[in-house]
Amino acid sequence: MTTMATPTKPVPDIEQAQYNPKSESVTAKRVKSGIFHAVALALTAVVLYPALWMIASSFKPNAEIGGANTSLWSENFSMDNFVTAMDGIGGVSTLTFFTNSLILAIGSVVGTILSASVSAYAFARIKFPGRSIFFGMMIATLLLPFHVVIIPQYIIFNQLGLVDTYVPLLIGKFLAGDAFFVFLMVQFMRNLPAELDEAARIDGAGHVRIFTAIMLPLMKPALISTSIFSFIWSWNDFLGPLLYLNTPDKYPLPLALRLFVDQTQSSDYGAMIAMSVLALLPVLVFFLVFQRYIVEGVSTQGLKG
Amino acid sequence: MTQSPTLSRRSASPSAPAPRKSKRSGADARAGYTFLLPWLLGFIALTVGPMVSSLYLSFTNYNLFEPPKWIGLDNYTTLFQDERFLQSVGVTTSYVVFGTPLKLAAALAIAMLLNSARKGQGFYRSAFYAPSLIGASVSIAIVWKAMFGDSGPVDQGLSFFGINLGGWVGNPDMTIPMMILLTVWQFGAPMVIFLAGLKQIPADLYEAASMDGAGPIRKFLNITWPMLSPVVFFNLLMETIHAFQIFNSAYIISNGEGGPAGSTLFYTLYLYLRGFSDFRMGYASAMAWLLLIVVGIITLVIFKTSKSWVHYSGDAK
Repeated sequence: MTTMATPTKPVPDIEQAQYNPKSESVTAKRVKSGIFHAVALALTAVVLYPALWMIASSFKPNAEIGGANTSLWSENFSMDNFVTAMDGIGGVSTLTFFTNSLILAIGSVVGTILSASVSAYAFARIKFPGRSIFFGMMIATLLLPFHVVIIPQYIIFNQLGLVDTYVPLLIGKFLAGDAFFVFLMVQFMRNLPAELDEAARIDGAGHVRIFTAIMLPLMKPALISTSIFSFIWSWNDFLGPLLYLNTPDKYPLPLALRLFVDQTQSSDYGAMIAMSVLALLPVLVFFLVFQRYIVEGVSTQGLKG
Repeated sequence: MTQSPTLSRRSASPSAPAPRKSKRSGADARAGYTFLLPWLLGFIALTVGPMVSSLYLSFTNYNLFEPPKWIGLDNYTTLFQDERFLQSVGVTTSYVVFGTPLKLAAALAIAMLLNSARKGQGFYRSAFYAPSLIGASVSIAIVWKAMFGDSGPVDQGLSFFGINLGGWVGNPDMTIPMMILLTVWQFGAPMVIFLAGLKQIPADLYEAASMDGAGPIRKFLNITWPMLSPVVFFNLLMETIHAFQIFNSAYIISNGEGGPAGSTLFYTLYLYLRGFSDFRMGYASAMAWLLLIVVGIITLVIFKTSKSWVHYSGDAK
């Protein structure tokens, strides 16, 4: 562990031929650790500043947000901005936007879990002709700029009379549209021992039983990270709702937020930022609760790409 | 084809004994396609079908209300005389070319810093990752716009050091740096992946190098970089492709117009405006296909050159 540390730190003397980390004194280690934490904490402050600024501003009166006021603290913290923000916009309460976002996010999670796990099982555990070709195509869709499909998709949904409904936003999730999650689950299943299926097959189990009774329970970690990420992605999605939703009472939060910005035109900065905070609140809560899962998910599954 | 290192591992897994294979394979084929059905349906109806029709539309004039009219290559030739299109290419190119390497460099540097820590690594890793989760949201775009506005905190902070740039949002020269800072701020996701890669490098390699008297720079060049190159490759590919598709923040920061002076007219924003504001869907489809081709070529180049700089270690596990 200590030796791993050496190439990354700003060690002053590169030419030091007899460098031996084990000979470091205890004080030298303490100094190094002190420097590390000083640098890392400073970085943390910079990285988190925009988020802290957002939260602090949401409690400040309008006059203190702009102008010569960079400090995060204020004497005049109040909930006024949130009260205004909760009123909503265009006669629709913010609670409605919140509910809409929630419906879309939960629909996305359910659809993705169902469709991606089933499809991933086919890729990972069943041998059938064409599998590797389809798998290659699935990987290719990971790299596909989605703009190449949005125009025809819009035309189709428009002809079917499905514009201004949630169908165009959710149908893709029920058809394993987020290839990333299929890929993630395929990788996860491939690392489960093959003997499990073999044994079950000898006992006469078919694919349906192997999938539901053996794979699904073992896949819990992959299912959890899929749920978390598909929830957050849906929650933050903007382009989809922007394309398909026209009536404000169907808007999810990001779209409502844009409407809010358009209509108030920065006259009420405080309320705008308060609403931004409200829109991010579930994501922030998710992050605080599941941060281990989220970060581990990125580091292990991202790597497997 | 697009083989990533892990894909080939499949063939190494112990396969079922050869006899009675034929009996099982028929049932397996049926089961395989049944299980694959959701993905297959989506793939055909929502990806392949639309891709083909957008290719067709790109050779037509289509406004959603009248039937498409075949105009051959006109959309493509018009594109290269369209000043706003050329501007959107310029804006997007400078964003990708400067933003992506900066973001990855920050991610790698900070991953190496964190990897040297014994205590507190988990905390910093989470804190640095947080922006990646929220960075593309409308909320953060609004906050960014406020922070980089006239006499916003960034302007104030810089003035404190005697740099008087005014608001970045209204200054066409500063909007791209502002957008680049927004993407660099989200260095956490590639950093987490780098960090996981760094942990895979066996410590005894560094120990052996130390014995031989190698300094930190030589250790980085001869151990860290080659051992990490598959991860660098993955991050570079993913971040580049994503950078081309930036939309939300550009839309919000410029009120959906790409201003000031077209300085935030990103490719996808212009595509959106053409397709869904002007309803010139044939033209927008031509833009979409051009983007696909360019991203495809870049992906191919990254894959091809990777042979010379990406090092895969021999042992699979």
